[in-house]
Amino acid sequence: MTEYTPTHVGTVTKYVVVESFDVTPADLALRGYEISQGVMIKETCFGIVINGNEEEVDRIITELRKMDPDNIFVKDRGFPPGDARRCRANLGGARPGYNGMEHEMTLIPYVSHGLKELKKRDEKTIPLPENPLEHPLLDIYKLKILIDAQES
Amino acid sequence: MAKVFIYPATSLILSDMVARFGHTPLSSATAIRERIQTAGLESPPLQITPEEPKKGLRWAAVEVPSGVRGRMSLYGPMIGDCEAAIIINDADLAFGCMGCARTNELVKFLIHQKEIPKLELNYPKNEEEGVRFVAAIKRFLTELGGTR
Repeated sequence: MTEYTPTHVGTVTKYVVVESFDVTPADLALRGYEISQGVMIKETCFGIVINGNEEEVDRIITELRKMDPDNIFVKDRGFPPGDARRCRANLGGARPGYNGMEHEMTLIPYVSHGLKELKKRDEKTIPLPENPLEHPLLDIYKLKILIDAQES
Repeated sequence: MAKVFIYPATSLILSDMVARFGHTPLSSATAIRERIQTAGLESPPLQITPEEPKKGLRWAAVEVPSGVRGRMSLYGPMIGDCEAAIIINDADLAFGCMGCARTNELVKFLIHQKEIPKLELNYPKNEEEGVRFVAAIKRFLTELGGTR
C-alpha cells in the first residue's frame, strides 16, 4: 500500500443544479466567476460544481440562488471537481452517482412547482401527503359494496 | 439549526430542501469528504480502508458482511449525530448490490429505532403531490426550530 496525500484539504465542494427555462449552466458559471474570489468553478451539463473554502462557496451559492430561487438546487459533493477517481473523463460512461441525480432531476419540476405554490399558499393549509408506512385496512362497508358490485 | 439525516443519503432534493429551510443535511458526501481529505494509506476510490469494517462493528455484528460494516462506518456516526430524519420510501435510485441493499435496510431500521422526529415520504409523481411534498418538508423543518 502506498501513502495517500490528500489535495484540497479544508475545502468544500458543492453541486449547483439548474432545471430552468431562463437560466442555463453557462449563465451560472459566468455569474459565479463574476463574483468569485479564489474558488474553482466547473461547468457541467446539469449546472456547475464549486470548490473552495466554505464561507466563499456559501456566499456564491446564495448569490446564484437569487437568479432563479425555485429552480436551482444545491447539494454537497465529497470529491473535488475533475477528481480522477470520479470524473467521467477518466472512467468513461456516466459518473458514479449520476444516475441517482438524473432520476431526481426528472422530479425537480414538481418540487419547483411546490416551492412556487408555497409562496402563494400557507403550508399549514395544504394537506399532508400519505404516510407510505400506513397500510389502511379495507373498510368492511367498502368491501361489501365491492362484493355487491361484483355479484350484480 | 438541527442536523437532519436524509435518506437516500445522496438525495439532491432532500439535501437542498433541508439546507433551504435552514438546517444541516447529513448526507453521504460529507462522510466521504472527511475520508478523501484525510492523509493515510491509499485506498481508492473512496478511501475506505480496512479500518472501516472494524469501526462498523459498532452497528453490525461480526458475521455481517464487511461491505455492510464498511458502509455503516460512514452512516453510523451520522445516525448517531442526527436530531431529525427525512426518509423517502420509494427511492428506487438507492438500489444496489447486497452490501448496499442490506446497509439501506439497517440504516432505515436504526433511524426508526431512534426516538427523533421523522418524516416519511414518497417521491412526488405530479404537481399537486409536489406541493404537498414541499409543504410537508417545510412544516416538519419549521417545527424543529432553531433555523439559521
